[in-house]
Amino acid sequence: MSPHLVALEAIVTREALRFVHQRERFVAALVRPLVWLVVFAAGFRAALGLSITPPYETYIAYEVYIVPGLCGMIQLFNGMQSSLSLVYDREMGSMRLLLTSPLPRGWLLFCKLAAGAAIGVIQVYAFLGLAAAFGIVMPWEGYLLAAPALAITGLMLGALGLLLSSFIRQLENFAGVMNFVIFPMFFLSTALYPLWKMAESSPLLRDLCALNPFSHAVELIRFALYAKPNPEALGWTLLALAVFAGLALRGYDPARGLIGRKA
Amino acid sequence: MTPGLRIEDVRFAYGAKTALDGVSFTVEQGAFCALLGPNGAGKSTLFSLLTGLMRAPHGRLEAAGHDLGRAPRRALACIGAVFQQPTLDLDLSVLRNLTYFAALHGIPRREAEGRARTALARLSMEERAHERARDLNGGHRRRAEIARALMHDPAVLLLDEPTVGLDAQARAALTAHVHDLARDAGLTVLWATHLVDEVRPADQVVILHRGRVVADGAASVIAGPRPLTDVFLSMTSRRAA
Repeated sequence: MSPHLVALEAIVTREALRFVHQRERFVAALVRPLVWLVVFAAGFRAALGLSITPPYETYIAYEVYIVPGLCGMIQLFNGMQSSLSLVYDREMGSMRLLLTSPLPRGWLLFCKLAAGAAIGVIQVYAFLGLAAAFGIVMPWEGYLLAAPALAITGLMLGALGLLLSSFIRQLENFAGVMNFVIFPMFFLSTALYPLWKMAESSPLLRDLCALNPFSHAVELIRFALYAKPNPEALGWTLLALAVFAGLALRGYDPARGLIGRKA
Repeated sequence: MTPGLRIEDVRFAYGAKTALDGVSFTVEQGAFCALLGPNGAGKSTLFSLLTGLMRAPHGRLEAAGHDLGRAPRRALACIGAVFQQPTLDLDLSVLRNLTYFAALHGIPRREAEGRARTALARLSMEERAHERARDLNGGHRRRAEIARALMHDPAVLLLDEPTVGLDAQARAALTAHVHDLARDAGLTVLWATHLVDEVRPADQVVILHRGRVVADGAASVIAGPRPLTDVFLSMTSRRAA
């Protein structure tokens, strides 16, 4: 096995072991979207009428609409949590250890990203299983096609987390990430309301939603779950992935010394 | 013979605050060099530069002949580092901690396990391989970290205040262990500390103060007839005034 793959395997295994050890994290990751699905969506189904928009072919209940958005939410939280663990790792020094490896730094950071994304995908499938138990079932091809889509969106959101982790100096700042990254990204997206619904209230909100890379991630997941192509969402998500990953790599460049500042 | 470590006119600043101001010294292969300096002298900055966490905008750092600026990956491959903050994954066994680190260096599992046993044996830690890192005492955790730093057979071992938080006995044992490594295995050791009693008369001593080297030579020569502690204190306080 090449040294690169040895490192990838070790980093993924370590993240997976950590995830298994933190059972509460897994439960929290599932309870959060379930509360939205069961409580929030139940209240909203009466208030919100949804017309037929692609990829749906019939009228759908509100809770069916928000399932892909909740998949995105799981990945968003997971991506930020991985970045939290990076900040924590850096404070604890094990990130330092990772960065003393003679393998290319870009590869090491990619391994971290891939490990985080893999855990996110597992969480999403567990949630989709629970949603199916509540009667929200996708076409079977959708479950298959969702895997590559979730891998891409997971990497994109993980890269965003990585980028943030290169700026965040201390753990305490993570509350700020919640307020200024997770909430705006989630609420200003197509996760909870379709674009046309947003446009009814404000064209500005609609434009913000359309620009939000998280919207594209959610749409990519939504279309994949119904086995429909959405090249536009795919393109924007990949672009966001490239930009976030590029900036994150810059943030971890030793010559710029971002990580070097005294912790 | 290529020196184990060569540091040439290295300067570094955090914004306007100078941390290293033209630091130069050389450590011969197989030598134990104590980097003495009060807190804030620039020891940790030098370690960050030597482990590739930061890059020096000015000057040159070489490990076993490899330039950290130009060939950082080749240089990093011959450096083993023990940081001031503990970096063991406490939920994993000692062996797993070691094999994880080996994997970061691209060493496959099977080979890594063999190497881990050798490295642990060098620090008289074989029987602890399967204990959880959390269950080890401070001295043994440190030793596990040193064993881990030896997994990839580095030519140079860097330790940044490795005895912080250890009791006197563990401190003495650890110091003795690392001196033995330098003597028996030809390992070049750079040991940063502010505790003078960890230095032996034959060791090389580099005294760092306010980002500059104020003394460099054998401990016995620097100390002369006086105790090294007195010399160290007078060198680092006089200039502070």
